[in-house]
Amino acid sequence: MFLDGFGPIILDGAWVTLELAVMSLLVSFVIGLGGAGAKLSSNPLLKGIATLYTTLIRGVPDLVLMLLIFYSLQIGMNHLTEWQGLEQINLNPFVSGVFTLGFIYGAYFTETFRGAFLSVPKGQIEAGIAYGMSGWQTFSRIQFPQVMRFALPGISNNWQVMLKATALVSIIGLSDVVKASIDAGKSSYKVFFFTVVAGAIYLILTSVSSLVLMWLERRYSTGVREAEL
Amino acid sequence: MIDIIQQYWKAFLWTDGYHLSGLAVTMWLLVVSIAFGFFASIPLAIARVSRSKWLSRPVWLFSYVFRGTPLYIQLLFFYTGMYSLDIVRDVDILNHFFREGYNCTILAFGLNTCAYTTEIFAGAIKATPYGEIEAGRAYGMNKFTLYRRVIIPSALRRALPAYSNEVILMLHATTVAFTATVPDILKVARDVNAATYDSFNAFGLAALIYLCITFILVALFRKAESKWLAHLRPMKA
Repeated sequence: MFLDGFGPIILDGAWVTLELAVMSLLVSFVIGLGGAGAKLSSNPLLKGIATLYTTLIRGVPDLVLMLLIFYSLQIGMNHLTEWQGLEQINLNPFVSGVFTLGFIYGAYFTETFRGAFLSVPKGQIEAGIAYGMSGWQTFSRIQFPQVMRFALPGISNNWQVMLKATALVSIIGLSDVVKASIDAGKSSYKVFFFTVVAGAIYLILTSVSSLVLMWLERRYSTGVREAEL
Repeated sequence: MIDIIQQYWKAFLWTDGYHLSGLAVTMWLLVVSIAFGFFASIPLAIARVSRSKWLSRPVWLFSYVFRGTPLYIQLLFFYTGMYSLDIVRDVDILNHFFREGYNCTILAFGLNTCAYTTEIFAGAIKATPYGEIEAGRAYGMNKFTLYRRVIIPSALRRALPAYSNEVILMLHATTVAFTATVPDILKVARDVNAATYDSFNAFGLAALIYLCITFILVALFRKAESKWLAHLRPMKA
């Protein structure tokens, strides 16, 4: 039988892991763009908040933040529902996993996008303004497409780190591929084998994504010639 | 917060009354695995850039596997996975080694950081300006002397910024140690959380301690960079 009959459970778990990673990527992407905008803005309050956010989040281990946010959010919700006289709402580990991972990696994306925004030559923005483009037009036509290209190596890096960080979400109770393989190992007395299976699934995920990212990098660098040494 | 600090500050910093715990354990894990990773990765990095495929391919495979899988799974592999094998339980030395959470944690952390450090150093070795190697050869240095005097010192300097990143990431990665019953800072925070239900302050305190260590490490590496990368600083007018 396919993986001693545990195949379907493990594949389900792998699917949950992938969903978690993709959803967190979306959340952190949006936070990252907003954060980069705030960090580059001339408003000192926005700048201060964004700097505090990236410094604090990147200075604290992701697992500590995950536990901190997950437990505190639940307790906060309990206080809120108690105060309102409602029934207790239990946070779904998947949703809180997505928001926690997104919130943490948003800080890393903020730094990636900030660097990419700074890499767009100033003259091009001035040229856009000289053509009479509005702020949004210079952003969407000139800055954003180039920011994506400059940010791509950083995005790839963050994605791989985040994909591997999803393994930690099983610690806050999500039934992902790690949880599924631990359970399968315990009930079949083949712990060693199923740990290797979990590792192999992650290795496949990271290998496939590195191929896709390499292809994207090549595609978005069309027209840019690398220095040949 | 104050209550927790008053009651548990010792556990957070160095002892829970019976064993080492908290900061002391985290720092010990970090220092031992980083030291292991550093010394093992220098020969591995040299093998990684070697022209012989028999040397470079196995090292590539090792670092690919360890960089492609999460550290948490590597720890599960060495801690619960290995110990479930009959061979490991039947052989005395292996049995003693893999029964201890500390040993498995150090092994997993050491190999993991070694894989990343190998790639960093290999990249730095590859970036050695060719003229430096030519100059060494012109002086009649053999391969060993060339590596010892020219390539390794300049590669290690070049690797410093990336290496400092790796050390900080490793500090953050030590937090999974509690899953192997090692009483690091996060384990203490979880125990405090279980005893007081004050999650925000229990984990918040842990986060603060980690933040302080990160800042200290960043400061130390900045100092190291200004010492060993002094030649790259812009000249003062």
